Amino acid sequence: MFKDITLGQYYQTDSLLHRLDPRVKLVGTLVYIISLFVVDSFTGYILAGIFLVCMIRLSNVPVGFIVRGMRAILILLLITMSFNLFLTPGEVIFRAGFLKITKQGLSFAVKMAIRLSLLVIGSSLMTLTTTPNQLTDAIESLLGPMKRFRVPVHEIAMMMSIALRFIPILMEETDKIMKAQIARGADFESKNLIKKMKSLVPLLVPLFISAFRRANDLAMAMEARCYRGGAGRTKMKPLVYQGRDQAAYFVLVAFFAVCVVLRLAPIPF
Amino acid sequence: MEIKLENVTYLYEKGTAMQTAALQDVSLVIPDNQFIGLIGHTGSGKSTLVQLLNGLLKPTEGRVLYNGEDINGEGFDKRALRSKVGLVFQYPEHQLFEVDVLSDVMYGPRNLGLDEKTCRERAMEALESVGMPEEYYKTSPFDLSGGQKRRAAIAGVLAMHPRVLILDEPTAGLDPRGRDEILNLISGMKQKLNMTIILVTHSMDDVARYVERIVVMGHGKKVFDDIPRHVFYHHRELEELGLSAPQITYIMRAVREVGIDVKTDALTVEEAAEEVLRALSGHKGRARE
Repeated sequence: MFKDITLGQYYQTDSLLHRLDPRVKLVGTLVYIISLFVVDSFTGYILAGIFLVCMIRLSNVPVGFIVRGMRAILILLLITMSFNLFLTPGEVIFRAGFLKITKQGLSFAVKMAIRLSLLVIGSSLMTLTTTPNQLTDAIESLLGPMKRFRVPVHEIAMMMSIALRFIPILMEETDKIMKAQIARGADFESKNLIKKMKSLVPLLVPLFISAFRRANDLAMAMEARCYRGGAGRTKMKPLVYQGRDQAAYFVLVAFFAVCVVLRLAPIPF
Repeated sequence: MEIKLENVTYLYEKGTAMQTAALQDVSLVIPDNQFIGLIGHTGSGKSTLVQLLNGLLKPTEGRVLYNGEDINGEGFDKRALRSKVGLVFQYPEHQLFEVDVLSDVMYGPRNLGLDEKTCRERAMEALESVGMPEEYYKTSPFDLSGGQKRRAAIAGVLAMHPRVLILDEPTAGLDPRGRDEILNLISGMKQKLNMTIILVTHSMDDVARYVERIVVMGHGKKVFDDIPRHVFYHHRELEELGLSAPQITYIMRAVREVGIDVKTDALTVEEAAEEVLRALSGHKGRARE
């Protein structure tokens, strides 16, 4: 039942985007998100859209797979849109009872929807092309300078990668326990809120116990292999920038520059 | 009281690139009061099959009939079905959650809407059937040993009074002694409680001496469906499916190869020993003549 969620998943294939250094992708995603808030004209959104489409083409991830991930945020999108649509003051163009739509509201809602969709697709493209392990490596490397301020960067990265690693395992476990309790006559589809909360106990108790058991086993296994934190630890695959990574940084800078220019000197649309 | 599968196909991740057929065109009749071994290698579709039997999964194609009624038809009461077709999952001890063993076993009957007294009676009865000593009724299920936890979990399903009991790998992760205990328990329950039992496993040694019928699954299809002796003749085909005949079959074959004329269809060590003795005395007899 959780198999439909493609948001935040890794899509296994080979592409330029997959081979790119994870640090580039992480920085790139941040730059892209910032640029979405820098531009505020439709020309800017078209540019951002084209950029994203190019990236999707480069990633070899099927478009259908990405679109399916969008379903998860559809409700959020609709709520944001309707708030903007009905609650923005300004020049009224449509009125039905107490609901009114203004010109400003309409343009706001559309912009917001575009912005949100691009933002979600953009960041999911990163997780689709980067394994959780690469991602935490990138975070560890990018946060490296913070070590001077006694920030436990390695520990944070390790905790993140463990958390990410456990998501699919716990999802599978939830599915299993749910089925086992349904086989014992449990009803997880009750409409009654109190009944619903009560019905979760037989699911959550075994789930917590299994999470603790797994955590225990993992800690034991790590200790058995002499894990003692980040000090002096080397990597099997250290991150090294290649030519293509430098090229990618150049593209990013260029894209961001264009966005800033568009903001400062907008082309009338 | 019978379950019937009619040309059932089940696809995972239907309509995506990762679409895989867990079951392909499987037909099967499970009559009342039979002890069946359902055997297959990992990924052969056996776990999918048992989840179809109590309506946890819906077939992509084909029908599952319970007493002639389509269980996925409109208006069919699936909860009632699940009390009739009890399913004990792999590592069932992972589903325990209550404060003490007795209340955990009462969870199933409570879900059936029975009154407190009946629930308690059924739970006690079920715990007795699985051989749980009474002093454990009020202990936390998490303080039990591995084998006892498994018994408690099986009792949790038994307390719903199923007519068909499906056990998915009930011996997984148990030591040889625990394994024998659970298997003896199951076969004892079969005789005492008069129900259909489907034992899902990948080990022929587990089922050889207990079951009346073996259904072998391979690559999502039903490969054999016969009494154990007949199935074990096909040990070559079984090996191709990643399975094997019971060890005793191999021993008897080896005995035969060294020139002692024995039948190779023995299922237990005792039977095999008798057969070897019979063959040997025959030899001697002939030699004297």
